[in-house]
Amino acid sequence: MKNICIYFQIHQPYDLKRYRFFEIGQDHYYYDDYRIEDKIRALSEKSYLPSNATIAEIIRNSNGKFRCAFSISGTALEQLEQYAPEVIDSFKELAKTGAVEFLAEPYAHSLASVYSADEFERQVKMHAEKIELLFGKKPTALRNSELIYSDEIGERVAKMGYKTMLIDEARQVLGWKSPNFVYTHSYIPKLKLLVRNLKFSDDISFRFSNTSWSEFPLTADKYVDWLAGLPENEKIINIWMGYEAFGIFQQQETGIFNFMKAFPYHAMERQMNFILPSEAGKKLEDAGPLSITDPISWSGHEKDLSPWTGNDLQQEALNKLYAVTERVNMAKDKVLLHDWLLLQSTDHFRYMSHKDQFGTHYESPYDAFINYMNVLADFLERVDAQYPTTIENEELNELLTTINNQDKEIIKLQKDVKKLKANAKKKKAAEK
Amino acid sequence: MKALMFGWEFPPHILGGLGTASYGLTKGMSMQPDMDITFVIPKPHGDEDQSFLKIIGASYVPVVWKENNWDYVNQRIGHIMNPDEYFWLRNGIKYDFRRIYTNDLGCINFSGRYPDNLIEEISNYEAVASVLAHQLDFDVIHSHDWLTYPAGAFAKQISGKPLVVHVHATDFDRSRGQVNPVVYDIEKRGLDAADHIITVSNLTRRIVIEKYHQHPDKVTTVHNAVEPLEDADSYTKTPRKDKVVTFLGRITMQKGPEYFVEAAHRVLQKTKNVRFVMAGSGDMMNAMIDLAAKRNIADRFHFTGFLKGRQVYEMLAESDVYIMPSVSEPFGISPLEAMQVGTPTIISKQSGCAEILTHAIKTDYWDIDAMADAIYAIVENPAMHKSLRELGCEEVHNIKWYDAGLKVRKIYDTVTGNG
Repeated sequence: MKNICIYFQIHQPYDLKRYRFFEIGQDHYYYDDYRIEDKIRALSEKSYLPSNATIAEIIRNSNGKFRCAFSISGTALEQLEQYAPEVIDSFKELAKTGAVEFLAEPYAHSLASVYSADEFERQVKMHAEKIELLFGKKPTALRNSELIYSDEIGERVAKMGYKTMLIDEARQVLGWKSPNFVYTHSYIPKLKLLVRNLKFSDDISFRFSNTSWSEFPLTADKYVDWLAGLPENEKIINIWMGYEAFGIFQQQETGIFNFMKAFPYHAMERQMNFILPSEAGKKLEDAGPLSITDPISWSGHEKDLSPWTGNDLQQEALNKLYAVTERVNMAKDKVLLHDWLLLQSTDHFRYMSHKDQFGTHYESPYDAFINYMNVLADFLERVDAQYPTTIENEELNELLTTINNQDKEIIKLQKDVKKLKANAKKKKAAEK
Repeated sequence: MKALMFGWEFPPHILGGLGTASYGLTKGMSMQPDMDITFVIPKPHGDEDQSFLKIIGASYVPVVWKENNWDYVNQRIGHIMNPDEYFWLRNGIKYDFRRIYTNDLGCINFSGRYPDNLIEEISNYEAVASVLAHQLDFDVIHSHDWLTYPAGAFAKQISGKPLVVHVHATDFDRSRGQVNPVVYDIEKRGLDAADHIITVSNLTRRIVIEKYHQHPDKVTTVHNAVEPLEDADSYTKTPRKDKVVTFLGRITMQKGPEYFVEAAHRVLQKTKNVRFVMAGSGDMMNAMIDLAAKRNIADRFHFTGFLKGRQVYEMLAESDVYIMPSVSEPFGISPLEAMQVGTPTIISKQSGCAEILTHAIKTDYWDIDAMADAIYAIVENPAMHKSLRELGCEEVHNIKWYDAGLKVRKIYDTVTGNG
């Protein structure tokens, strides 16, 4: 029996407004609210809301046999809460059905897994808490930003207690191996790896309405035929995509929503099963370990980190940003901490790529770099104002420890004083 | 394929970009094995590079029949042209041009520059064209810029050979829209007479279609390229405390110098370690000196006067940023030259070269904020400088005249019916 594992991703970054260098030190608000609201409203109305309604209907009609997962970044959740709370509500409704799983991921959809392990852990924890708060269940499967994965990242994720991680079908690591099996971490067998099936995912998200595609038009019937035609021993097919595939990449007029409704029906008719990422790791037998030393991602042909870290501009920006990781995380200033997260979204760096600026609103990678660096310069000044760079990190740590300990010390002393006073009172009373 | 080209300038004696482009294009085209180019200019100096084409000086083409013996002609113009050729060309005089003032050889004395009687020189050039059209053997006529359109059109009329007109600039670029009606008339007639029009950018193509009412099918863009700089490594950058931001070109309305001064003012409000250089001369120079003083940045703003030859590249190489805020630039070769010596460039979107450059910063000419922001980013951010420097150098290395020449050849083939 074949198992179909579906997950949809939602991430939206906080787009930066046009921020000129003479605003450095003057203006500490960095975001283009108008654009963000506009984008979120459009996405919600064209994609998220109708898609959620469709999925709710499928779940209802299939008595919960249709199951799928979502991964929604922290920044996207915040934007939805602010500009389209009805989307959050509809996700809560989906969560109640029990047929839907929410995955963990770094809160800001950041590259922290590559640049700062501690920051990565912090963000994953933060995101998991937010998911639990909103949807009532703690995630056990994790999907890193852009499906970035390596043995090292996997090890850290396993140590944090996650059981399942999602990765992409990257030829340089899979070789002849099929993505349609459950694999395990290179040397930690209890961490299961699920691999996206590139062809079947892109058939829906990118090729569905392409009239020059030889398989056009794609019907649910035909699609399920393909799945059924896979070798008998290949038990799991991972179909993962951006949620915008429904209603944006593939507009409503293309019939994508009808496809979405018909697909589970045909699959179930052929005795196929829908499975959640966390269940797949538990239920299915694994086909052995995958060793991945260099990080892979789900972008481009190379499936590496080059869309975000491939050129001098990107490296400069990332190095400057992550150089202050420790200092920022010592801070208590909530606004500063929030900006710190929002400035980490992978999108900002993608816009600086010379080869692929997917989703950019800038005229050129240089334009994106200029704007980001101006914002970053202001941000770094704010960090510096709290913790001057003249003080070394270690020294700063010591000072902070002393300060923190002082608090504890004072509390302890106060307690002693109280105790002594009480004793003294007792004594007095006894004397009387 | 034999091409008869009419030009106005040819290196080494050049006054603007036209000469550089003429040289590059003909050299690039000469790499095609069966290409044979005769290039006419008003007044050659005898030191032009003729290794890949033949140059004819209009000043040495007889338009009025004068009896002279071989020795006399040899003594007069032997250093530039073989007397036999003179006598042979003399047979091409079919019309009476005695109304034109000619010298003892029956030749017109062209200045070869842009004199006050430019309109007269342009029409005299027609007389020369008639002699050449009768006497030379060619398949296609190619006129470079408006000064030579009448000559090309006349040669077409006589020979019946197709005319290709090459628009390196229009009067709309030079005048910010306030065109000179006489010039416009000459341009329009030339474009109307052409079998095909080549523009140096899509920007110019649009002007030719919209303002000169040409059919879009008749107009093709062939972007300029740049000659490889053989001694690029000999230009070095002296390490200095202050960063240098340079404007280089004619200081005229077309080049947008005032936007450079205003952008400099913005940058200097934030950082002091930058100096601004305005290299070149022109009718707005004094106004710019005044403006810099008025903005209180004269201590950081420098004028060099007119630079030429090696000095140009030296200035570019010494700069941390090259900026060209042109209001309307048909192509604009100098950013490419700056990139050749590894200098990051900022160009206006209203420049033709912006269409083919990726590793240059593009802003609107009026967007002083964006321009200042880009300058600031390059001087403050080593990664930005490095990226533009390395990738820009590589990019410009791949913009070759040979490729431009192939596109021109395709047009020749079409108009001559070989295609």
